[in-house]
Amino acid sequence: MSYQTTKDTPFPAKQTFPAPKNTYLNAASTVKSWLLTGDHKRIAILYLISVSFFFALGGLAASIIRLELTSPKGHFLEHETYNKMFSAHGIFMVFLFLIPSIPAVLGNFLVPLMIGAKDLAFPRLNLISWYLYTTAGGLILLGMMRGGVDTGWTFYTPYSSMYSNTNVSLMIVGIFIAGFSSIATGINFIVTIHTMRAPGMTWFRLPLFIWAQYATSVIIVLGTPVVAITLMLVVVERALGIGIFSPELGGDPVLFQHLFWFYSHPAVYIMILPSMGVTSEIISCFSRKRIFGYSFIAFSTLAIAVLGFLVWGHHMFVTSQSMYSSMVFSIISFLVAVPSAIKVFNWTATIYKGSVELSAPMMYALGFIGLFTIGGLTGLYLASIATDVHLTDTYFVVAHFHYVMVGGALSGFLGGIHFWWPKITGKLYDEGWAKLAAGLTFIGFNLTFFPQFMVGFLGMPRRYHFYPEEFQAYHVLSSAGASVLALGLIIPGIYLTASLIAGKQAPDNPWMAVGLEWMTTSPPPTLNFDATPIVTWEAYDYTPNDPEEARHAVINPALLEIHTGVDPLGDGMAGGLE
Amino acid sequence: MSVDAISTTHGLVGHDDHAHHDPNQAHQFEDMAQQNESYIVGMWSFLVTEIMFFGVLFIAYSLNRLLHPGSFIDAHRHLNVWFGGINTVILLTSSLTMALAVRAAQLQSKVAQLVFLTITILCAFGFLGIKTVEYTHKYHEHLIPGANFHYVSVGAEGGPSAEAAVNPEKSNIPQGQAQIFFLLYFFMTGLHGIHVVIGIIAMTTLFIMIKFDHPFTRYYMWVEMAGLYWHFVDIVWIFLFPLFYLIPGK
Repeated sequence: MSYQTTKDTPFPAKQTFPAPKNTYLNAASTVKSWLLTGDHKRIAILYLISVSFFFALGGLAASIIRLELTSPKGHFLEHETYNKMFSAHGIFMVFLFLIPSIPAVLGNFLVPLMIGAKDLAFPRLNLISWYLYTTAGGLILLGMMRGGVDTGWTFYTPYSSMYSNTNVSLMIVGIFIAGFSSIATGINFIVTIHTMRAPGMTWFRLPLFIWAQYATSVIIVLGTPVVAITLMLVVVERALGIGIFSPELGGDPVLFQHLFWFYSHPAVYIMILPSMGVTSEIISCFSRKRIFGYSFIAFSTLAIAVLGFLVWGHHMFVTSQSMYSSMVFSIISFLVAVPSAIKVFNWTATIYKGSVELSAPMMYALGFIGLFTIGGLTGLYLASIATDVHLTDTYFVVAHFHYVMVGGALSGFLGGIHFWWPKITGKLYDEGWAKLAAGLTFIGFNLTFFPQFMVGFLGMPRRYHFYPEEFQAYHVLSSAGASVLALGLIIPGIYLTASLIAGKQAPDNPWMAVGLEWMTTSPPPTLNFDATPIVTWEAYDYTPNDPEEARHAVINPALLEIHTGVDPLGDGMAGGLE
Repeated sequence: MSVDAISTTHGLVGHDDHAHHDPNQAHQFEDMAQQNESYIVGMWSFLVTEIMFFGVLFIAYSLNRLLHPGSFIDAHRHLNVWFGGINTVILLTSSLTMALAVRAAQLQSKVAQLVFLTITILCAFGFLGIKTVEYTHKYHEHLIPGANFHYVSVGAEGGPSAEAAVNPEKSNIPQGQAQIFFLLYFFMTGLHGIHVVIGIIAMTTLFIMIKFDHPFTRYYMWVEMAGLYWHFVDIVWIFLFPLFYLIPGK
């Protein structure tokens, strides 16, 4: 194993690093070696390409929606086309981007690396998962090309089961298959984290990213089958004309909503928990401090996963749901704020008195904390029954969940991609452009969605493409913000791609981070480590940049010496890891 | 695996050190103990997803039975409790022989594995055979949900009530509610039947591999996992049988 012992900036201007000889990227180069690979890192790359593709499609649909909403009369699209457009946006973004984004890309790449394993427990299952995903994506694309659906991504019955004349069945089969792809990933992570941790990697030495992936996988495994079979019942109902969810035939449409949200509310945590894991890694690294309250963050992750399954009824306060159920769901929804706040306070406490470095990943992580806090706090308005009755199906809801899903999940994804890009590709991207993009994303995002809180509070309903003229100012602001946001998302696509061609070779540990994944080459060899690592230190074993402070703050002298070249105890002893 | 076990069994082992590896060990695992544990944890996680999968249908069943108790009692009289009961006995027997097959695999006894797998597979076919007879009866009685569905109420003593036989519209329960009962019946037993078919395929594959001494089968875990799966299929039926065939009537 080789360690970089750079003392100064993470990107040493003059220093050049040799590219490692044997990496997972140059192990083989045929198309077959990629399409039939069992290597978790290659599958992560395959996933990265496919989720980016569907993210771009979902973004395109969003752009058309925002363009349409600049005018109160709805000039550009027919009613039905507009309905199909927001349905397409939701289906692409939720099922094909947000849910697989961090687990299937960063999780796939990092879970074995972070716990010191050679691969995931079931490499072939992992590959099957990607093929299921692409099949699902293909079916959904086919459905879109045949005219799309007008039901929204929620497929509420009885409209979806009895009345809609669009490609509901085809879409649902696609989503059903996408569900199995995430179940495969979930099972793989659960097993790998349980059984394949390196010697010494105890549960409480795991990076918080791993805790997040674990909690996410539990939600995936428990929730996804529920929505899969529920949507299949909708298909059967369409095919046979029987009314499990149709009131005129004796069925119960609210049952669909219960079953749908039993998965789809926890699915929000499938999107946000991995981002929280990414944020914990980045915040700790760029504050050069041990994370504050490690075990509180770890257990709050599990608490969110558990509570997340008990709050689905807050989507249904205005249905026929019993008032007493609504009260219970409301109280439990408030409870979710507790573990969420624990995380936010702990991140803040980590930054406090840290040697903060405002790198691009750190900017995304800080953006995450702010946006997630706004998204979370506005959730309280929707969790209390009285205000929710007023706000149900307004733009307030739209703004709330975009703050959580875009401001939260997407910021986490981009932050993670920037943080681990040197490890994944072995290349350094342009830090200046990256900071600009992070800033543009943050500004554009707030400009897009903050006005939507206001216009929603004033009564603008979601899913309409025409509206009273007094709302136009808000919508124009929002659309202008969307353009800035789009710019902030296109720029990374350009400089990250450029870094593949012209980027400088990255050192093994460009951020001087302490996770196991940084102790192998960039990019890593096929089996990740030259030898099975033995872990003798806890996660986030950071020491401040200032050597004078480090002298007092040192936790593990051996590690500090390896990472900074400082011999904190002055005894001239080398660390025990070499 | 406990931390103690890790520290004693692992050291700094290079990846090219394959000299003492069990040939059944996949490259990503450190040793066989880790591999065995991974397979078992993986299989149980998979079974959890299966439970959630069927769980939705049990919820849908419970809700509809609460909403339409009379219709469910009436409709369930179309099911023959003897067919269901015999199938329950058959599946329970197959679970016993499957457990014995797993035991035989752990002891690496080829003959015993082949015998017990054969009995299990035959039981599975017997189950599907009886199910086919039942489905055929339902087809002739126009009880398959869809365009041709035509429900005739049955009296408690069997046979259509005199009134309903003449005019099905007078049947004392709505067609829609009867249809929901039979949709749930066919969806749930059908999904269970698909699982039985998958079980037959898995067990037959194992049977052939054991018969021809495929090196894979020196590893008992494949039979063990097929066993876990088969017991799950059995347990689902243990719930389906009383819910559809044994609804207490007045």
